[in-house]
Amino acid sequence: MTTQEMIKPENLVYSRTRVLTDNVMHYCPGCSHGTVHKLIAEVIDEMNIQDKTIGVSPVGCGVFAYNYIDIDWLEAAHGRAPALATAAKRLNPDRYVFTYQGDGDLASIGTAEIMHACNRGENIVVIFINNAIYGMTGGQMAPTTLVGQVTATTPYGRNVEINGYPLKITELIAQLPGTCYVTRQTVYNPLTVRKAKRAIRKAFENSMLKKGASFVEVVGTCSSGWKLTPVEANQWMIDNMFPEYPLGDMKDI
Amino acid sequence: MGKTEYKLLKGNEVIAIAAIRCGCDGYFGYPITPQSEVMETLMELKPWETTGMVVLQAESEVASINMLYGGAATGKKVFTSSSSPGISLMAEGLTYLAGAELPCLIVNVVRGGPGLGTIQPAQSDYFQATKGGGHGDYRLIVLAPASVQEMNDFVDLGFELAFKYRNPVMILSDGMIGQMMEKVRLSPEKPRWTDAEIEERYGSWTVKGKPSTRERHIATSLELDSAKQEKFNLKLVAKYAEIAKNETRYEKIMCDDAEYLIVAYGSSARISQKTVELAREKGIKLGLLRPVTLYPYPTKAIRDLLPQLKCVLAVEMSTGQMIEDVRLAVNGKVPAEHYGRVGGMIPSPEEVLNAVENLIERNKK
Ligand SMILES: Cc1ncc(C[n+]2csc(CCOP(=O)(O)OP(=O)(O)O)c2C)c(N)n1
Ligand code: SF4
Ligand SMILES: [Mg+2]
Repeated sequence: MTTQEMIKPENLVYSRTRVLTDNVMHYCPGCSHGTVHKLIAEVIDEMNIQDKTIGVSPVGCGVFAYNYIDIDWLEAAHGRAPALATAAKRLNPDRYVFTYQGDGDLASIGTAEIMHACNRGENIVVIFINNAIYGMTGGQMAPTTLVGQVTATTPYGRNVEINGYPLKITELIAQLPGTCYVTRQTVYNPLTVRKAKRAIRKAFENSMLKKGASFVEVVGTCSSGWKLTPVEANQWMIDNMFPEYPLGDMKDI
Repeated sequence: MGKTEYKLLKGNEVIAIAAIRCGCDGYFGYPITPQSEVMETLMELKPWETTGMVVLQAESEVASINMLYGGAATGKKVFTSSSSPGISLMAEGLTYLAGAELPCLIVNVVRGGPGLGTIQPAQSDYFQATKGGGHGDYRLIVLAPASVQEMNDFVDLGFELAFKYRNPVMILSDGMIGQMMEKVRLSPEKPRWTDAEIEERYGSWTVKGKPSTRERHIATSLELDSAKQEKFNLKLVAKYAEIAKNETRYEKIMCDDAEYLIVAYGSSARISQKTVELAREKGIKLGLLRPVTLYPYPTKAIRDLLPQLKCVLAVEMSTGQMIEDVRLAVNGKVPAEHYGRVGGMIPSPEEVLNAVENLIERNKK
C-alpha cells in the first residue's frame, strides 16, 4: 500500500479529536499533561457532551488547559478549583463539571477545598495530575514529593524531619463517603493510556448519576522538574513513584 | 404586581429575604458574628423548595468567594455575606472576580478590628472595601446602607450594577445596621432569570458549555502578554470611569445653607443626622452629606459645596479612613478633620456635635 492509499479516509483508524484545538501545546517534551488533555477531549467527544461540559483549570502547568480543550472553562485561583466546580455544578446540575489540578494545587494550597467538595459529595469529576513536583514554578517540592527526592527547595533530598512525608491524598479522599469512584492511573504506555481513558470516561458518566464525586489521580512525569529526559523520566516514575503511589481503583461504587 | 408588603426585620434578615425575592440563584457563606442571621434566615426559608435558589454553607470564606466565582461565571446571581475577618479571607477571590469581570454581590457586616478584634459594629474596613483589599489594580462598587430599608434595596440594586458592569459589588454595612430592627417595605418578587434572559440582557459571555456555533468562553484573569495585560488594565480603568459617571450616589441633608458639613455614611450618617438637628436647634448651620456609594465616591458633590463651607468633619467609626477621600475632595480649600469612635464603640449625636463645635472653635479666625 502506498502512503497516498494509506491516508485515504476509509483507511483512517485514528484521528485527532475535534475537541482539541489547533493550538500548539506549551508542555515540555515527555510531560504527562498533554496526554491527559487528549484523553479528556476524547471522552468529551465520544460522549458528545462538548456543549454540556464546564472545565475548571488550576494554577500550575495545567492552567492553560483552556487553550487546548475546546470547551467552556473557568480559570481558578491556586487550589480553589473544587469550590468553583461546586457552585458551577449545583447551579447547573445538567452540566458535566470537572476540575483539572496538579499536586501543589490539589494537595497543598487547595487541601481544604478538595476535601470538603469530595466530602459533600459534589457530583463533579476531579482529574488530579500527580508529578511529585511544582512544575510550573520551576521544580520545587510538592506535598507528594518522595522522601529523598531532589527538588529546587529540597536540594539535598526531601528530609522527613524537615518536610514531613509524601501526602497520599488520594487514599484520604477514598475514605470520604462523598466519593463514589477513586482511582489511581498513569499514562506512560499505550496500555496505561487506554486504562486511564476508561477511568476518565467512568468518572464523567458518574457525575450525572448523583453518586458523589469521582476522583481520578494520574501519576505523571515532569521531565523538566525532575531534570531527566522523557525516557528516563518514565523509568524513574516506574521505579520510584509506583511503589509509593500504587496504581488501581481504591473505590468504585 | 401584588400589594406592597411591610415587615419589621433585622438588617441581616432582610438581606436574605431580599435576595430570594429578587430572584437570586445562589448563596454561599460561612458563619461569623454579627451577620450569621443571613445564612440562618435563608436556611429557615428553604428557597430551594420555592424559587430553586441554592444555599450552601461552605467550609470557609475562601471557599465561599470561590463558589461565587464558579456560580457567577455561569451567569447566575450569586452572593455571600460575612464580617471583617471573613472578608480578609475573601480578598484573594475578590481580585480574581474583578480580574475575570464577573458579577456578584458581597455583604460585609463590619465589626471592629484589627485581627479578631471585636464583634461590635465598626466602619474600619473602608480602605479594604474601596481601595481594593486584594492585590492588583481593581475596584469594587461599594454601597453603604444607612437603614434596614437600604439593606433590602441594595440587594437588588447590587445585582443590577454587578451585571451591568460585570463587576463585584459590595454592600458595606456594619454590626449596628445588621442587628437593628426597622420597618421595611419588601421588594417586589421577581422570578430567577433564565439563561436566555441573561444572554438577551447582557450578551453571550457565560461559561455554560460550548455549542458548536460559538468560540469557547473562558472566565480567567490570566494574561502573560504584558501589552495585552496593560490593555486590559486600561479597559478596567475606563469601566470604572463609566461607573463613576453613572452610578455615584449620595444624599444631602440640610446642605442648602450649610456653613459646616459632616460627611458620614452608614451608621455614622444615621447618628450624624441627629447631630444636624441638634446643631440647628443651637443655630449652627450644619449639613450632612451621606455618600451612598463609597466607590465611586461623591467627590464632586463635596467639592461643589466648598464655596459655602468653613470646615468639614468626616465622621466614621474608624481611626480615620474615609477622611482621606474627603481631603482629596476638599483639596486643602477648607479645614477637614476626622472624628470617630473605634473598637465597637458607637458615638452619640451629642458627642459628634461636640466634635463639630470644637472644630468650629479651632478654626475661628
Ligand atoms: C496563591 C499562589 N501562590 C503561589 C503561586 C505560585 N504557583 C504557581 S503554580 C504553583 C505550583 C504548581 O504545582 P502543581 O499544582 O503541582 O502543578 P504542576 O505545574 O506541577 O502541574 C505555584 C506554587 C500562585 N500562582 N498563587
Ligand atoms: S514543567 Fe513539568 S509539568 Fe510543567 S510542562 Fe514541563 S514537564 Fe510538564
Ligand atoms: Mg505538580
